[in-house]
Amino acid sequence: MDFYFIIEKTILVVLIFILSLFVAAYTTFLERKVAAWFQDRIGPDRAGPFGILQPIADGVKMFMKEDFIPRFSDKWLFILGPGITMFTALIPSVIIPWGPSIEIAGRVVELQITDFNFGILFIFGVLSVGVYGIMVGGWASNNKYSLFGAIRASSQMISYELAMGISAITIIMMTGSLSLTEIVKQQHGMNWNIFYQPVCFIVFFVCALAETNRAPFDLPECESELIGGYHTEYSSMKLGMYLFAEYVSIFISSALMSVLFLGGYNFPGMDFFSGNLLAVLGIVAFLIKIGFFIFLFMWIRWTLPRFRFDQLMHLGWKSLIPISIVNLLITGLVIAFYQGWFFSS
Amino acid sequence: MYNLSNRKKVVSDKPMTFMERIYLPAVLNGMLITLRHLMGRHNTTRYPEVQRQFAPVYRGMHVLKRDENGRENCTACGLCAVACPAEAITMTAAERKKGEEHLYREEKYAAVYEINMLRCIFCGLCEEACPKEAIFLTDRIVPTEFQRNEFVYGKDKLVESIEHPIDISKRQHTGKRLK
Repeated sequence: MDFYFIIEKTILVVLIFILSLFVAAYTTFLERKVAAWFQDRIGPDRAGPFGILQPIADGVKMFMKEDFIPRFSDKWLFILGPGITMFTALIPSVIIPWGPSIEIAGRVVELQITDFNFGILFIFGVLSVGVYGIMVGGWASNNKYSLFGAIRASSQMISYELAMGISAITIIMMTGSLSLTEIVKQQHGMNWNIFYQPVCFIVFFVCALAETNRAPFDLPECESELIGGYHTEYSSMKLGMYLFAEYVSIFISSALMSVLFLGGYNFPGMDFFSGNLLAVLGIVAFLIKIGFFIFLFMWIRWTLPRFRFDQLMHLGWKSLIPISIVNLLITGLVIAFYQGWFFSS
Repeated sequence: MYNLSNRKKVVSDKPMTFMERIYLPAVLNGMLITLRHLMGRHNTTRYPEVQRQFAPVYRGMHVLKRDENGRENCTACGLCAVACPAEAITMTAAERKKGEEHLYREEKYAAVYEINMLRCIFCGLCEEACPKEAIFLTDRIVPTEFQRNEFVYGKDKLVESIEHPIDISKRQHTGKRLK
């Protein structure tokens, strides 16, 4: 491992870390703006021109609040909860391919921090740990509302991870690889997975909504019933971490869905470009796709009412999982057909 | 009773059809509706910069008027205090001394005149009751305060200044009995 390799990866790590936090911060702002537009309002426009300094104002507010830890809470777990959530929200960005490789001073730099050959498994592993952040936080608060929120979060995440995993397996079967780089490379140009697997995409998207605790699946934190759910007892930047982690995970899951279904950094007509220009355009295309997904998340949030808990479980276990299994079987049969399994040669 | 709006919808508990059970058409329909709002215009008034136009009959903070020579109209007759359903008005009458003719219009005047703006319901009955055209409600808004006792407005806040008379011509056309 040479010196430049370490430098290059360090820069990339810091850049992606900053990018994730920056996008998440402005997603909070955009969420408020989009909500306002959908409701025929203007939204925050006082901090700076068009209100673009609003995230900074929000952050300062969060830091100035009293950092309160309830007396009967489990102190260490209480502190650990937001940490786990933030950590698991940020970690999947490690294996997302952000663009085609670029060339700087004769060195080919991959725009991906690391390319595990088991990329998708890694993401699902991290996502499963993510529920611990909410569970630990809700349990440590020693509050009934928090506990309800935590239980709902864990049961919801466990149910929806199954359908999500099965949809991902469908994509893996089509690609023949667990590596995200490989999955993106196979969707060259306009050859995106969404055109082959629309059902799979819808199932995956619905599950992603549930995994990120977004409306209409925001039962763990529903303000109207559970007063914030698992973060009822949290204040100051610990609460900020929870809320922020939600937006980071929206960003990361948007990126993941772009990679799996919308071809990542691929865009139609990419063969006319090459080298660094292609890389820049690829990154821009990728960011546009991520932006589209983030907007879609908000659009759905401000359109749909919340599911009831039994409806949520019903949808997860009795609809999405059968649909994804049938989809998996059909995909398997089609692949087997094309590989000539049904003809004796 | 039935035709108040055309949004009446008969609720039934028939089992959902397949299209309803897969939710997606309904979801897309809802998203189209919200999208139309996204494109539409907003109804916000940007308050500190743009102020909403008040109706001519708006009843805001009171004013105690002076006559054309700058003398206070109020004679402390107490009819406004009697008329007030919220009992927000109190006053102490005093007799006009010699040499005060330029200050008070008639022989009796209000030495103390207080309206508790927290009690006041801005009904305008004081204005109706006043025989001397002394008290009017204006289109000004009672500002916020941090202390309760600061809402008890005395003559210093209620009587209009000679240099800046408060325009109540709009209210004189709205329900005020003219002589």
